[in-house]
Amino acid sequence: MTTTLENVDIPTKRRRSVSARQNLMGWLFVGPFGIVFIALLIVPIFYALYLSLFQKSMIGGTRFVLFGNYAKAFTDPSFLDGVWFVIRFSLVLIPLQMAVSLAIALILDIVITRYARFSRLMIFMPYAIPTVIGALMWGFLYSDNFGPLAEIFEAFGQQAPDFLSSSLIFYGLLNIVTWQWAGYYMIIIYAALQGIDPTLYEAARIDGASQWQIVLRIKIPLLTPALLLILVFALIGTLQFFNEPQILQQLAAGAIPNDFTPNMYAYQQAFSLANYNYGATISFALGAVVFVCVYIFLFATRKRGSFTS
Amino acid sequence: MSVTPVESKSERRTSRNTIERRTIPRAPGRVPLNIVLGLLMVYFLVPFWWLIVNSSKSSAGLFGGGSSLWFADDIDYVQNFIDLFTYGGGIYARWLANSALYAIVGGIGATALAVLAGYGLAKYTFAGRRFSFAILLGAVMVPTTALVIPTFVLFAQVGWTNTIWAVIFPTLLNPFGVYLMNVYARDAVPDELLDAARVDGAGEFRTFFTVALPLLRPAIVTVLLLSVVASWNNYFLPLVMLSDNRLFPVTVGIGLWQSTASTYGAAGGQSLWSIIVLGSLVSVIPLIIAFLTLQRYWRGGLAIGSLK
Repeated sequence: MTTTLENVDIPTKRRRSVSARQNLMGWLFVGPFGIVFIALLIVPIFYALYLSLFQKSMIGGTRFVLFGNYAKAFTDPSFLDGVWFVIRFSLVLIPLQMAVSLAIALILDIVITRYARFSRLMIFMPYAIPTVIGALMWGFLYSDNFGPLAEIFEAFGQQAPDFLSSSLIFYGLLNIVTWQWAGYYMIIIYAALQGIDPTLYEAARIDGASQWQIVLRIKIPLLTPALLLILVFALIGTLQFFNEPQILQQLAAGAIPNDFTPNMYAYQQAFSLANYNYGATISFALGAVVFVCVYIFLFATRKRGSFTS
Repeated sequence: MSVTPVESKSERRTSRNTIERRTIPRAPGRVPLNIVLGLLMVYFLVPFWWLIVNSSKSSAGLFGGGSSLWFADDIDYVQNFIDLFTYGGGIYARWLANSALYAIVGGIGATALAVLAGYGLAKYTFAGRRFSFAILLGAVMVPTTALVIPTFVLFAQVGWTNTIWAVIFPTLLNPFGVYLMNVYARDAVPDELLDAARVDGAGEFRTFFTVALPLLRPAIVTVLLLSVVASWNNYFLPLVMLSDNRLFPVTVGIGLWQSTASTYGAAGGQSLWSIIVLGSLVSVIPLIIAFLTLQRYWRGGLAIGSLK
């Protein structure tokens, strides 16, 4: 392995030995992660698939049912309603969140003062908060017992909206998730904005472009890879929605059932009802749906972004 | 920024600042934007303000009317602190320590694995590299919660559930960290520099530790911070894996208190609410401090994935 020996070898032989060494060194570096990857990702995925092929019943014990559990899941209103909810939620949340974070990043790219820098940090702050605590904080703010909403609306002689009721919980959750993540996405977009070559703006200004034209024609198109990255993260995150509704379940009496999202339903099946086979089926089905959605999305946008380069 | 090896980038940034300063000398149209920023700050900070104000209140103050966005007459921080750290035999301090343990051990482990793998993928052309990279990208898209139930059943079979390892092991898996590190290492560590070290007689590992590692520092801090945050904030995994409340991290612990307080209703759970509020506040302080002190590292680092 000593380099001095290789240095005296003839060139062709040296190239071969270098390549063998590349192989060995490459695997030495990648190996430790590879082991963790196989043990904690590949094995659980296939184990979930394996579990999902069996059904456990009171009488007769565990039996092999092939795709019986999937047939059950895809006709189970609890699972389907949960999937429909997270899809609906993503369709509203993701554009909203991206618009908010993009707008803030663009403002912060124009206003370069100490005040703006301070506000950037404050807007990012919710990212450091555990989602459990974030949900709890907003749960307090929404509630009639602790929250200011009732006070504020009373001052105008109005009835305060109850974001913990079943009709408004959608918006209550929308607000919590936007609050939690917009700052993080804003930082990613802002960082990407900083990477844009400023001579482009200079050139555009000389050509008579306004601030708006620069934003629309130069900044936003060049932000596509960053926006794509955020979109993928938001999609993966939202489809596996669990923490916020689980925490708010107690505060919002009756508005959030146990099958509110697919993940909550899987959790309930596996740990309240000890039905691991069906829980694993839902997990696997959800994972597969997310994977396929994201994969199709990335494939469809491959020409524009280069996340997968 | 002086540690960034990509000299042109930092140069560009400074030259950009001078350009901006020259061309827009305190434009007057900035006032509305500043007001917008102010309103945004209010929105993003209101929950924190609510926590700070309300953790000063006794249970009676919390429920006893009065403005929920302003302090009550008696400010009870000290008593609430004593209650928080003595309730249930001082379990809260234990939860904080558990969170710190899981976040630090899991975060450092995940980062070490990510640095090695990211560097290996970026700088060695070994057999199976393309395939490994494709699998890695696929793994970024796998929702982590989908793995929790099968991992739990697997761990249960070897008796690992309800131990600290049940929370720490799964945290070590961070495919996105490897991806970030790989992207960064490709640009930040020039092949010529590695070859120069090799010609000088340094072995591969020595080259890695003395040449590559210092160049990777911004990415390392970023991945470490992201892993620590993910682990500190994790709820689903420890909720599933742990049943002994002395092993809970603070997120699961506060969730438990909250469900206890809710079950007893406003009457019986009152005394618990005041420590839940203060407990929430205390649990967010460590990460806020970490973010504020490590700012100059993560701000640049978070852009890595988005620029490529």
